[in-house]
Amino acid sequence: MSETTNNPPRIAPPHPLREFWEYFSENRGAVVGLLVIVIITLLAVTADLVAPHPPNEQYRDALLRPPFWQDGGSFLYPLGTDAVGRDMLSRIIHGARYSLMIGALVVTLSLAAGVSLGLVAAFFRGPVEIGIMRAMDVMLALPSLLLAIVVVAILGPSLVNAMFAIAIVYLPHFVRLTRASAISELSRDYVTASRVAGAGLLRLMLITVLPNCMAPLVVQATLGFSSAILDAAALGFLGLGAQPPTPEWGTLLAEAREFVLRAWWVVTFPGLAILITVLAFNLMGDGLRDALDPKLKR
Amino acid sequence: MLRFIATRFGMVIPTFLGVTLVSFSLIRLVPGDPIELWVGERGIDPERHAELLRQFGFDRPLWEQYLGFLGDLLQGDLGKSIVTQQPVLSEFLTLFPATIELSLTAMMFALLVGLPAGIIAGVRRGSMFDHTVMTVSLAGYSMPIFWWGLLLIILFSGTLGWTPVSGRISVLFYFEPVTGFMLVDSLLSGQPGAFKSAFRHLILPAIVLGTIPLAVIARQTRSAMLEVLGEDYIRTAHAKGLPPLRIIGLHALRNALIPVVTIIGLQVGLLLAGAILTETIFAWPGIGNWLVNSISRRDYPSVQGGVLLVACVVITVNLLVDLAYGLINPRIRRAGGS
Repeated sequence: MSETTNNPPRIAPPHPLREFWEYFSENRGAVVGLLVIVIITLLAVTADLVAPHPPNEQYRDALLRPPFWQDGGSFLYPLGTDAVGRDMLSRIIHGARYSLMIGALVVTLSLAAGVSLGLVAAFFRGPVEIGIMRAMDVMLALPSLLLAIVVVAILGPSLVNAMFAIAIVYLPHFVRLTRASAISELSRDYVTASRVAGAGLLRLMLITVLPNCMAPLVVQATLGFSSAILDAAALGFLGLGAQPPTPEWGTLLAEAREFVLRAWWVVTFPGLAILITVLAFNLMGDGLRDALDPKLKR
Repeated sequence: MLRFIATRFGMVIPTFLGVTLVSFSLIRLVPGDPIELWVGERGIDPERHAELLRQFGFDRPLWEQYLGFLGDLLQGDLGKSIVTQQPVLSEFLTLFPATIELSLTAMMFALLVGLPAGIIAGVRRGSMFDHTVMTVSLAGYSMPIFWWGLLLIILFSGTLGWTPVSGRISVLFYFEPVTGFMLVDSLLSGQPGAFKSAFRHLILPAIVLGTIPLAVIARQTRSAMLEVLGEDYIRTAHAKGLPPLRIIGLHALRNALIPVVTIIGLQVGLLLAGAILTETIFAWPGIGNWLVNSISRRDYPSVQGGVLLVACVVITVNLLVDLAYGLINPRIRRAGGS
């Protein structure tokens, strides 16, 4: 990365982003995952234009219509309609907005809080660190979904509270990861050099150490994104997340439960949407891990 | 070894206290005070309200309440359910065997399918089978299991009619629970067809609950096998001319299984979380179903006690896994409590 004027002219090292892309694109699954995420994001952003119907519009003359390829289905409702005549495709497209928003907000919240706590624990060893890490151990002792359910039970069921609950649940992972990598960076020479040069605490934390801890955090954030979508859907399914008629995917499944043996399409498609989205994020997370892990680079 | 055990126990105590603090705070963080919650929407006159607050000790300082809570806890008193008026502990203990039975069967399913799949995928790295296992297990790992359960119900209960939709056994059978495990009890009852009925009720929920552990176990076994197969002693074994099956089965597998055992232990928390969803879908009368119902009925003492007990189960199992791991692997033991 240093500028050199040696003779003969050497091949310049590739730009970090370019190098990253080379490693990332070697993993076909990761590229497919990225592509799917881009498509879903585009669908979510343009939902009002792309969706054939408004998500909550009830067509009373078309209750529980099957998808177009089955008898009784029509292209008017490509994936069929639900029990009160709402178009499934439109609801699923609009649901993408909720799932992506849940993932983004949860990851941002718990990443920000987790990185701060993790850095504090790494820089202030002793009672502060013990306090923070023991609290995280307690949170890890509870199964994540159960902890989220408890938080929702306290705050009351709603989409915002569900997101908040899931963000709390993921906190320990980010705290532990940040602390561990910050501690291993703190013993490096460049940190000592920076300290000797008179860098203040905040500068050391945020500018010297943090950027070098980012790789595992990025991977964890991607995987957290997919788990957040799954857990939010689970809460929605249990009636503790988004409330009807919000077209959130888990809530769609909860509404569809009683028709499970009569209308397979109201159950199948929302779940498929969850599976595809989560799978895409997991594939991309795997690719990121390979591309960002210096141990695997050769 | 004794020191190792003592350190591990020492680490568990603060966690346990933290969990009691969480479950103690739970009922007090809910908007309104517990008495208002109990009386619900009927309302209560202020005098009676104050009297009840005093009677249950809610007017004392918080730390005093907490100490009282801990004292009750040590005597096994977790309070009473608002809805049924039964002690929370006895409700939990009645329902817990159903969850254990479901979880054990799910784990067995995950191991029986996941271990061989992971071993073969590791040995035949890069083959068609390997790719299939990796893809399927990634899908399994990303699976919303509540949806997976509904799909299996559509296929096996709806279209094929092979399995029942919900419950633990057909209503045609009745016998007193002996062990609490329906498979065992149905055999003990001696009623013809009872075991078959219990088994048919168990199979779908177990597959659903076992799916994610199955995916995790298959992937972990594969990568552990890959690591071990690259070791020098495996090459030596090959050079000695030992038959490949013996090398894989005896030399490689034994060492590959150590990390897998840890993973299996770590799945217990996930299993209990998954049980909440699985039991809800299949109306399985276990603690997951009970907890969800308690929350929707706003039965806070049950939620409080249930959360505490589930956390204790997870802590205990993790402790046992840790100890077992120290027993198998002396390096962990020497490293002390880090």
